[in-house]
Amino acid sequence: MKTQPATVFQTSMRFGLIGGGAAVLFSLVGMVEVFGQRTIIGGVVSMGQAFVAIAMLLSAYAAARQLSSVSSSAMLTAGGLTGVTVGALLAALVLLGTSINIRDVFVSASPPLFELLSFGQSPVPGMLLLLVAGMTMGLAAAALLFLSPAMRSTAISVLLAVGVVGLLADLLRIIISQWAYVAPLVEWVFSGKGLSVPGALAIAAVVIGLDVLANRRRNKAHNLAALPATALQKRMRTGALMALLLVLPLLLGTYVSEVLDQVGLYVLMGLGLNVVVGFAGLLDLGYVGFFAIGAYVMGMLTSPELGLASLSWWSALPIAVGVTVLAGMLLGVPVLNMRGDYLAIVTLGFGEIIRLLALSDALRPWTGGSQGIQLIAKPVVGTVVLDDQLKLYYLILAGCLLAGFISSRLRDSRLGRAWMAMREDEDVAQAIGINLVATKLLAFSVGAAFGGLSGAIFAAKLGAIYPNSFGLLISINVLALLIIGGMGSIRGVIVGALVLVGLPELLREFAEFRLLVYGALLVMMMLYRPQGLWPEEARKLEAHGDGDNSNGDQTAAIPA
Amino acid sequence: MSILVLENIHTYYGEIHALRGVSLSVEEGEIVTLIGGNGAGKSTTLNTISGLLQPRRGSIRLYNEDLSNFKAHEIVAKGVVQVPEGRRVFGRLTVAENLEMGAFTRPLRSEIAQSLEQVFTLFPRLKEREGQLAGTLSGGEQQMLAMGRALMAKPKVLLLDEPSMGLAPVLVDSIFDTIRKLHALGTTILLVEQNARMALQVADRGYVLQTGEIILTDKAAALRENESVQKAYLGVL
Repeated sequence: MKTQPATVFQTSMRFGLIGGGAAVLFSLVGMVEVFGQRTIIGGVVSMGQAFVAIAMLLSAYAAARQLSSVSSSAMLTAGGLTGVTVGALLAALVLLGTSINIRDVFVSASPPLFELLSFGQSPVPGMLLLLVAGMTMGLAAAALLFLSPAMRSTAISVLLAVGVVGLLADLLRIIISQWAYVAPLVEWVFSGKGLSVPGALAIAAVVIGLDVLANRRRNKAHNLAALPATALQKRMRTGALMALLLVLPLLLGTYVSEVLDQVGLYVLMGLGLNVVVGFAGLLDLGYVGFFAIGAYVMGMLTSPELGLASLSWWSALPIAVGVTVLAGMLLGVPVLNMRGDYLAIVTLGFGEIIRLLALSDALRPWTGGSQGIQLIAKPVVGTVVLDDQLKLYYLILAGCLLAGFISSRLRDSRLGRAWMAMREDEDVAQAIGINLVATKLLAFSVGAAFGGLSGAIFAAKLGAIYPNSFGLLISINVLALLIIGGMGSIRGVIVGALVLVGLPELLREFAEFRLLVYGALLVMMMLYRPQGLWPEEARKLEAHGDGDNSNGDQTAAIPA
Repeated sequence: MSILVLENIHTYYGEIHALRGVSLSVEEGEIVTLIGGNGAGKSTTLNTISGLLQPRRGSIRLYNEDLSNFKAHEIVAKGVVQVPEGRRVFGRLTVAENLEMGAFTRPLRSEIAQSLEQVFTLFPRLKEREGQLAGTLSGGEQQMLAMGRALMAKPKVLLLDEPSMGLAPVLVDSIFDTIRKLHALGTTILLVEQNARMALQVADRGYVLQTGEIILTDKAAALRENESVQKAYLGVL
């Protein structure tokens, strides 16, 4: 036990340096400052400060948890020490930034940043405050571990709820003021650009109340031996969800409808790529190609500007999707014998070829070259022209539901089984009698069809398309949302699209740091939750199984 | 009668001449073993039969039907089923799912259920682990699963590629016991093994393969007594 103080010290240092390093990095790239303009609780906490606080809380929590087997004093010491270390690193940054000019290298190391980090005080008291804040946060994080699991989860939910509501305060304010009866609440709950203090307390109270209720219900369910949901309950749940999806844009207004439209288009693409990558295991980095083909065929067939044809949106749709399916097969044929990295490289090239073809001068009469295609037809249902976010929302929703339904039926079908076998091991799939050629081509074409549908709606939504709307980044986004949501999981696609497309749209400041956040998020996911946010059941089994032997070709020496 | 006949098979890997005129036959209900050193062409022979490799010359006939023009997955449907070297179960699927996948080529659910019962009778351990992910099984259990999966296709000829590879001696015994049981049930088996001693104990007949050619064939018992086989493959001095 002599080594114990060293362990506490080492652990705190390690986590403190990681957390502090992250906090310094976020400060230097400008995230803290940009988010400093958003307040969570008016006059009390800004989002920038919350960022710093999160770094302190998380690292202290991790450090304390590592020592939870040692002693409670060790946990508290480690928590406090870790927090102070994070604070000290930030203080060092303040000291460095205020005494010498580092802005030549770090453009974001601006006076407002340091003012924010030192809580509006002059540097020296500010630095002391940082250390004190670190200590407090660290101790608080360690203290969280002493709570019962139920209480801990309540405390975390409260923090999250206040944080999210505060972060989205601007938007929520606008939305809520549209609802006649609750509109007066707005002035009471929100203040300035964030929550008011009573507002924050009210939200905390609501969350605690809900949590207590949920716990009580869960305990009751335990006593009744947790019955599985009946068919009726399931149907009612689906009905409620559908009703919610139908009224959602009406409740939330134009801006959120626009965001939902974009999320929906990504969900469609995600479902398509999910078939190719998630079900069949064919890593496709050129998925944007199908999105582009769908959009371009729709443009060519409906825009009077090019003078090729001026079909209606609905009559062009089957052609657009059909051409995309054909393109999916055409891509499939040359890559039939490729696997893994090679497949990824070729498909990457495919996506770029499509974009360059759209851009090329030679094809200008058909694709409009760099000027793109304008005046693309809007879908018409009955006498209603679907020409705004709200109306298109329903079209996109219908598309997503259709794609989701097809996906789930395919997954449980014979073809879905064949895809799964192929994903696991191509050779063995062949050895148990699966026709690899047909199976692969079907995966590519189904995936392409969903992408084409998404592109066709996208073209109608904007009314105009340009080659540079179809860059590699879209393929990357779609792949990343699959990884975040859970590879092969249909509901994961929706979660992934909400997180990767919805959130950045709602948090406009994020846009600038999108790729940084993607990178960090992906690394974190791979380390802590490789199965994704909402995986399929089998994946869960795998992640919590006692051994991961996914190749299946290693041998256990001990006979079982 | 002969179920499976290979006549003068030549298989190449690019320019490398791997099989130089292999001819062999397997009779109904018999275990035939193919023994030989590393690189002799044992696995190549199996892969050529199952259609994973295309022979450049020669013919492969199953019940007098030429298999040369069929793809690998069609050959499985015809009843030639291979258990690949190194087991290669679907690690992220459950044991039950792996077995179901084995019956991929069969249309009738009732017959599949019957086969599943047979496999579980043969390998009670797989029944115990039905819901477990195959990747978490031990090496011996994975070999059982790989064999069970192949049996689910209701093979006319079962091709076993190195079933004892990488297993502890106790498990090797149990795998060979299983092969004997399959034999007793009337399954026709072509067995490729490095462990020539065990292979010649369970087999009816054997072929000795050396650098892509069959150099010797006889009853397994006779091969066990053959001096040059003893020297080269059984480690008897």
